Amino acid sequence: MSQPDIDPPQLYAAREPIFPRRVYGWYRNLKWIIMAVTLGIYYITPWIRWDRGPNLPDQAVLVDLANRRFFFFWIEIWPHEFYFVAGLLVMAGLGLFLFTSALGRVWCGYACPQTVWTDLFILTERWVEGDRNARVRLWNAPWSGHKLRLRLTKWVIWLLIAVATGGAWIFYFTDAPTLLRDLVTGQAHPVAYITMAILTATTFVFGGFAREQICIYACPWPRIQAAMMDEDTLTVAYREWRGEPRGKIHKGEATKSDGGTKGDCIDCMACVNVCPMGIDIRDGQQMECITCALCIDACDEIMDKIGKPRGLIDYMALKDETAERAGAQPKPLMKHILRPRTILYFTLWAGIGVALVVALFLRSPFDLNVTPVRNPLFVTMSDGAIRNTYALRLRNKQGAQHDFVISVADNDGNAVPGVVLALEGQTGNRASVAADSTFTQRLYLTAAKDSPLATGGQAELTLWVEDATGGVRTHIGTVFHGKGE
Amino acid sequence: MADTDDEHTSPRNPDNRIGLERQAADKAHEAQIAANPPEGPDGQPLHKPSGMTRVVRDRKGVRKVVEVPSTGHSWDGIEEYDNPLPRWWLWSFYATIVWGVGYLIAYPAIPLIHGATQGVLGETMRSNVAAEIQRFNEANAPIQAKLVETPLDGIAADPDLANYTANAGSAIFRTWCAQCHGSGAGGATGYPSLLDNDWLWGGTLDDVYTTVQHGIRDPKDGDTRYSEMPRFGTDQMLDDAQIGQVVNYVLSLSEQPHDAAAAAEGATVYADNCVSCHAEDGTGDRAQGAPNLTDAVWLYGSDPATITRIVHDGPFGVMPAWSGRLSEAEIRAVASYVHSLGGGE
Repeated sequence: MSQPDIDPPQLYAAREPIFPRRVYGWYRNLKWIIMAVTLGIYYITPWIRWDRGPNLPDQAVLVDLANRRFFFFWIEIWPHEFYFVAGLLVMAGLGLFLFTSALGRVWCGYACPQTVWTDLFILTERWVEGDRNARVRLWNAPWSGHKLRLRLTKWVIWLLIAVATGGAWIFYFTDAPTLLRDLVTGQAHPVAYITMAILTATTFVFGGFAREQICIYACPWPRIQAAMMDEDTLTVAYREWRGEPRGKIHKGEATKSDGGTKGDCIDCMACVNVCPMGIDIRDGQQMECITCALCIDACDEIMDKIGKPRGLIDYMALKDETAERAGAQPKPLMKHILRPRTILYFTLWAGIGVALVVALFLRSPFDLNVTPVRNPLFVTMSDGAIRNTYALRLRNKQGAQHDFVISVADNDGNAVPGVVLALEGQTGNRASVAADSTFTQRLYLTAAKDSPLATGGQAELTLWVEDATGGVRTHIGTVFHGKGE
Repeated sequence: MADTDDEHTSPRNPDNRIGLERQAADKAHEAQIAANPPEGPDGQPLHKPSGMTRVVRDRKGVRKVVEVPSTGHSWDGIEEYDNPLPRWWLWSFYATIVWGVGYLIAYPAIPLIHGATQGVLGETMRSNVAAEIQRFNEANAPIQAKLVETPLDGIAADPDLANYTANAGSAIFRTWCAQCHGSGAGGATGYPSLLDNDWLWGGTLDDVYTTVQHGIRDPKDGDTRYSEMPRFGTDQMLDDAQIGQVVNYVLSLSEQPHDAAAAAEGATVYADNCVSCHAEDGTGDRAQGAPNLTDAVWLYGSDPATITRIVHDGPFGVMPAWSGRLSEAEIRAVASYVHSLGGGE
């Protein structure tokens, strides 16, 4: 088994530099488009303005941590509505499950920030230092003025990209134009500079130097994805039955695709040279493969040149590889994508999405929250009446001050006799709540002496709050504790 | 059930003897294995080949094929390779060591007999807490100054002060007052509830403020609220029969079950001994802290036995004065807080 050119194993291995070659083709174009769209969304979004009227920020997407608000165009999320964020995260998770079971590591190959930024950094690298062969030569060359100049140019451009990346992130958390001015004039909060510095450093190191090491060693997601894929999942693979035995062919020589005995693979290494992960797809499924499909483009180009059919390396399912090997036809693509597992994922994903949208439209413009104060359960007043205290939170999510009328009823909506409702520090049962703010106050329900509520045990009640201007009502159930058992 | 014909499950296949069986076998042949390490063609010990290779490049950029050895562990046909760790992991491990050494020097770290090393940064938890306390004190100083300058009846109208007194007052209450009055201010037997609308010494903000400032029957405060109900039984001012009569009269004032004949007798006893403080109609006198005997709120209890004991022994509830222990701003904050609990007048 041992071969003369095999070195003894080592405990530690240095990172192998990878010099991906430029490639042209359908998947490369798709990746350029996705890169432009995702980077565009990332950099431009904080600068979109959205007029919400006075007292509210005019940034379309803003995570206002200081005031505990999340603005997304016409949607405003308060902290108590965090379930929207939880729902979106669940949808993101299910969406990844869906895509992974249908199309393998499609997230890794096309949309992951690590992939997109690494692609951008490799693009810069190629622009400064040349394509693969020139970069390999430069890597092997001793240090010189020329090499230093190229390296410095590359690093400075990387650093500028990294600064822009870290800078764009913080714009999501405060008013972007103000922050940009403060950043330039040195007046921004230290947290802004520190966040920017950390993200600049991670972008620079991850995109420029760590690259595939992040995917292989640092990221947990590839490990989870391995469990999400099955024999029907479409993934990038090599048609070994067609390609082997690989080797040189003469012009016009017949290979397996046109009746010969030699494989279609001419061992040109194009698929290996373009791979950003530095692997050979012909070795079969490997944990390093992010399914970026660049090897498909590279191989198709070669197949065109030597006049063989495309698809020696292609998106295919493991089931099809077995079927094709036996001479059968592969299943149609849609049959791979539409199967119980993906349909289940999609149903769950869409169900949560529909629920979130419905919840979004059912939101009341104000929100009532009432908690009985249970220490003590009730207070005996001097005239023998029994009073319960409630912590009332009334959130006015509208852009103007509104008056609200609070009333109490039984669970069937009927008035409760002998009960008086009062608010601490207010006269009557009206509360005025400022725009975009929360009114917190003690609310008292006093049941007259010897009334059923006062002498009874725990009784259920409903509190209603009505917007005095709009007439919109909302309600919440609560309980009244009498002095009885 | 092991199928002896299936090489993956057959116990006759030595590769399937995993776990204890294999360990026992290895243990039994330990000396033999150690004495005869498998050797490669070059005479070096040979790793068990996994059949997998890696392509690496040396420092000069020359491609080399490196064998990936197997650990020899194989389960269900899945073999565990012995891949080398990435070297940057090793460097990050060294970096944590360097960080650890730096941390040892910078921060208190090594326990010695009389304490620990101090660290060159001079950082201690106590100084951190002290700095935090000072920071909060400084941050609160302006609003506390404003609270002291504002008249008591102007506090509620100022949103900032109202917010501050609600929060700071609540914290002060839970620290200093909750022991007797309860964390919810609901009181206990002998300790008045601060939530109801029945006040012994007055329920306006001014009254509450004065009570907190000077306390009740606090011997250390000259301005304390003071009164003393006589010990009618202990000091033999009334005999037991008279006490029984006056207790029945008091029960009649709040319309509780009582002996009407005894109560009629008790009216005279009451008129002779109690009216100066509790008033003719039994509504009490806040100037003397004399409770209203006609309402539904009872500090010690409304049952005949308790009332008899109170008349016999005389109550003497004490609340400490807080003016020497809390700052003016703290007293105002906690008084405002108590006033806002639902019974404030």
